[in-house]
Amino acid sequence: MRLVVDLNKCQGYAQCAFLAPDVFTMHGEESLVYSPRADEAQREKVARAVAACPVQAITAEGLNTEPLPEVSDAR
Amino acid sequence: MPGEDSLERLRREGRIVIVGASLAGLRAAETLRAEGFGGSLTLIGDEPYEPYDRPPLSKAVLLGKASADHTELPRLRAVDATWRLGVAASGLDMAGRRVRLADGGEVPYDRLLIATGVRARPWPKEAEAQLDGVFVLRTRDDAVKLERRMKIGPRRVFVIGAGFTGSEIASACRDQGIEVTVAERADAPLVGALGGVVGAVAADMQRENGVDLRTGVMVTGLEGDSTGRVRAAHLSDGSVVETDVVVVSLGATRNTEWLAGSGLGAGPRGIACDAGCRAFDFRGIVTDDVYAAGDVARSPNPLFGYQFLSLEHWGNAVAQAEVAAHNMISAGADRRPHMWVPAFWSSQFGVNIKSVGVPSMGDEIMITQGSLAERRFTGVYGYQGRVIAAVSFDNTRWLEFYQRLIETGAPFPPEFETVDRRPEGRQPVPADFPDPSLPTHGPTVTLSGYSPGDRQLVFTPAHP
Amino acid sequence: MTQSSLLGQITDYANRADPYPIYAELRKTPVLHEEEGGAYVIGSYYDILHLLHDPRISSDAANLAAAGDDELTGPDSTGLPPSFIRLDPPEHDRLRRIANSSFGPPHCPRRIDSMRGELSRIVTELIDGLGDAREIDLVDQFAYPFPVTVICRLLGVPREDEPRFRTWVDPLVASLDPDTRRSADTEFQKAAQDARMQLGMYLAGLVEQRTKEPQDDMLSDLATSQGADGTLSMMEVLSTAVLLLIAGHETTVNLITNGMLTLLRNPEILQRLREDPGLSVRIVEELLRFEPPVQLVPQRTCIADIELRGTTIPKGSRIWLVLASGNRDPERFTDPDRFDPDRPDIEHLGFGSGIHSCFGAPLARLETQIALAELARRLDSPRLLQDPPPYRQNAVLRGPRHLPLAIGGVRP
Repeated sequence: MRLVVDLNKCQGYAQCAFLAPDVFTMHGEESLVYSPRADEAQREKVARAVAACPVQAITAEGLNTEPLPEVSDAR
Repeated sequence: MPGEDSLERLRREGRIVIVGASLAGLRAAETLRAEGFGGSLTLIGDEPYEPYDRPPLSKAVLLGKASADHTELPRLRAVDATWRLGVAASGLDMAGRRVRLADGGEVPYDRLLIATGVRARPWPKEAEAQLDGVFVLRTRDDAVKLERRMKIGPRRVFVIGAGFTGSEIASACRDQGIEVTVAERADAPLVGALGGVVGAVAADMQRENGVDLRTGVMVTGLEGDSTGRVRAAHLSDGSVVETDVVVVSLGATRNTEWLAGSGLGAGPRGIACDAGCRAFDFRGIVTDDVYAAGDVARSPNPLFGYQFLSLEHWGNAVAQAEVAAHNMISAGADRRPHMWVPAFWSSQFGVNIKSVGVPSMGDEIMITQGSLAERRFTGVYGYQGRVIAAVSFDNTRWLEFYQRLIETGAPFPPEFETVDRRPEGRQPVPADFPDPSLPTHGPTVTLSGYSPGDRQLVFTPAHP
Repeated sequence: MTQSSLLGQITDYANRADPYPIYAELRKTPVLHEEEGGAYVIGSYYDILHLLHDPRISSDAANLAAAGDDELTGPDSTGLPPSFIRLDPPEHDRLRRIANSSFGPPHCPRRIDSMRGELSRIVTELIDGLGDAREIDLVDQFAYPFPVTVICRLLGVPREDEPRFRTWVDPLVASLDPDTRRSADTEFQKAAQDARMQLGMYLAGLVEQRTKEPQDDMLSDLATSQGADGTLSMMEVLSTAVLLLIAGHETTVNLITNGMLTLLRNPEILQRLREDPGLSVRIVEELLRFEPPVQLVPQRTCIADIELRGTTIPKGSRIWLVLASGNRDPERFTDPDRFDPDRPDIEHLGFGSGIHSCFGAPLARLETQIALAELARRLDSPRLLQDPPPYRQNAVLRGPRHLPLAIGGVRP
């Protein structure tokens, strides 16, 4: 699962790092380091993290994006 | 200006071409579709990869927490586009409305968006740049190569340039227990972006974390061994540093060479465009079918004296791409200006550094919260009596307050009490930028309103 | 203060079951200031959000006392210093960082995540314990005991001591209610102070024991913390522990109860939750917007003049931030009075924002997600026996005192 965090928005509340610690980690008090490609097995936890982000900074494919049906897009 | 009919036709069956298949290009494509563009969409990118995110390359990837070849950006929605990846645009025929490709092909357009971004500035001495072990860090390929070399466990990494990327690389090295030397021409890291007062904090941070920081020096040469591998760096103070990995981190060059001779107002400083992202031609006349967004664009910002600002910022790429895409398929009255307050972040040595506004315009800085010594603070930059920027070290939750001060042209120095104002924050001090080239004093424009939906421009005359 | 004033109506118990029309009235006056020396009441989303990030707004108990609040404050009255919720940086930041170092990332990133199995077990036991009853009180039988059990385990407080510490917690929580505070005499305040001291002394016994024999719990970690921020004094350990113990369950009980109440009022969403437990994630966020357990923050003051929507709030004024009103602000949320977990932008103020944003938020989220999903799955044909249910007195920590339900039984 692809994901990206808008670190301009991120204010280091660390909710994602609490709820999906294998994908999101805090580096110091308020710097977020994350894996841009999370295992499918992490989907449920990433969903919790996406919803819990107080500034809604996390975009995760298939969780808060529109579905991508067409094949032509895959290049 | 196209009439109603032609605009409708454009939206229904027009041809839009986006040159640059990175963050700005992708988000523009998604915005076009989200806003109902039903015509054909082509994305052209010189790298063979679908759009990926760059910031992790100097952070999570070097920290071993992500893989360089897996930072593809999530897609917000389907874009139903034709992708021309791995082939660079090589020219633009403005009159004939065609983009020429490096493989000899041509792509016609009705509207063109240029989002070709920047590339890493290479080490200027070509033979030395070719040495094995000399890297730059901008693209996914760069990161894969550097990542691989870092995993082997170099004895010492040598970083040329202590800007944000160079400092982040040094931080990642220390995090991995790798020895690192950083050479910086200025007196401290980050001075170009944040000035000497904050730069001194960054310098302490580096040294405390075990970085061998050399400031006020230039790298005069890179030396290779008989097998063509880099083995040492020579500095202007006569010293020699043995190293097996050199990362050249000297900033970026805008990807505009392909536009030479096209008639577009493009050059080394980027592509000039208006606040609505429409590019100027070389005569200074705005075009209506060529747009620019992202790192390559430079546009006037009403908050900063209408100076043309080009911003190599992630958030700017997204916001400007959305505005450009919207304006490409909208009638004049529906178009929006790109009124972005520059915002930037960097993560190094476990400290979160953020800024809003344009610190480098500031001539003074005042620490309004926290303390430089504790490396937890907020500093405010002033320019001609108003707040022009702010920076925070591990203090990000306060920053949006300062952004509003910038947007409303609040007076500098701020006199008010704050919850963590220390004695050191009572007086502004020179921000200490290396080469201040202050713009002329003009009228200011401030943003007002409370919800993002009702922001308005309010014209205020120049200070007397 | 007259009861017809808006501020009076907010605190008036008669309006506890549905304060939202009063909040709508409040938002018509962006900066409400009804009487000389009284609080400035803010009810609009963006204003609240801005003030929560405004460094001219103080949470310091001493500033509040100076602003003429009638609460007794200060270390001399109870022996315990203020907890970090009542402090400004840098003291706030230091204490919160130390507390966090035994609770969450970066030092303890897995503590909460690793409690998921245990949370589920406690929920299962409590629901199993309902037995064959056809009428239950969700508060006494589930929504209260669940978070109490969790916070006891997390801190290392013996669960069987709950009847003891409850006698101290209740007057303390009641003292947070602005209405009680105003109407009560100093005897009442004195009782709250005594309760805080007693609770502190009780916890001191546990801390002493943990200092000698540290266990895997937060009391041990607080007592022995030795990071970059140094150690906590015994008094700091105790005021932090009092805060965590109270905040760790007095809010979550309301979130869970408000949740079940709201789901029973929206049966189609309850049905969806039954079929898809994953929906609990969005339901909890929407609940935090729609029925936040902390309705307002009445303990801030401004330490400089602040201009807001054309009104100047003078330095030294008390400020109330009505989070629950901001959450229903139509300037921010479309159709705000509708409970809709599918709304795309639930950026609520339920946990506050800025440096004082809820410390225990991730735990409260997990507890409530698990609780609501399991209640939906296991309770057969639940029905409200009383709507609205009887509420607690408290206007700040608002929630039903009881939630009597009829159920057809408990599914396995």
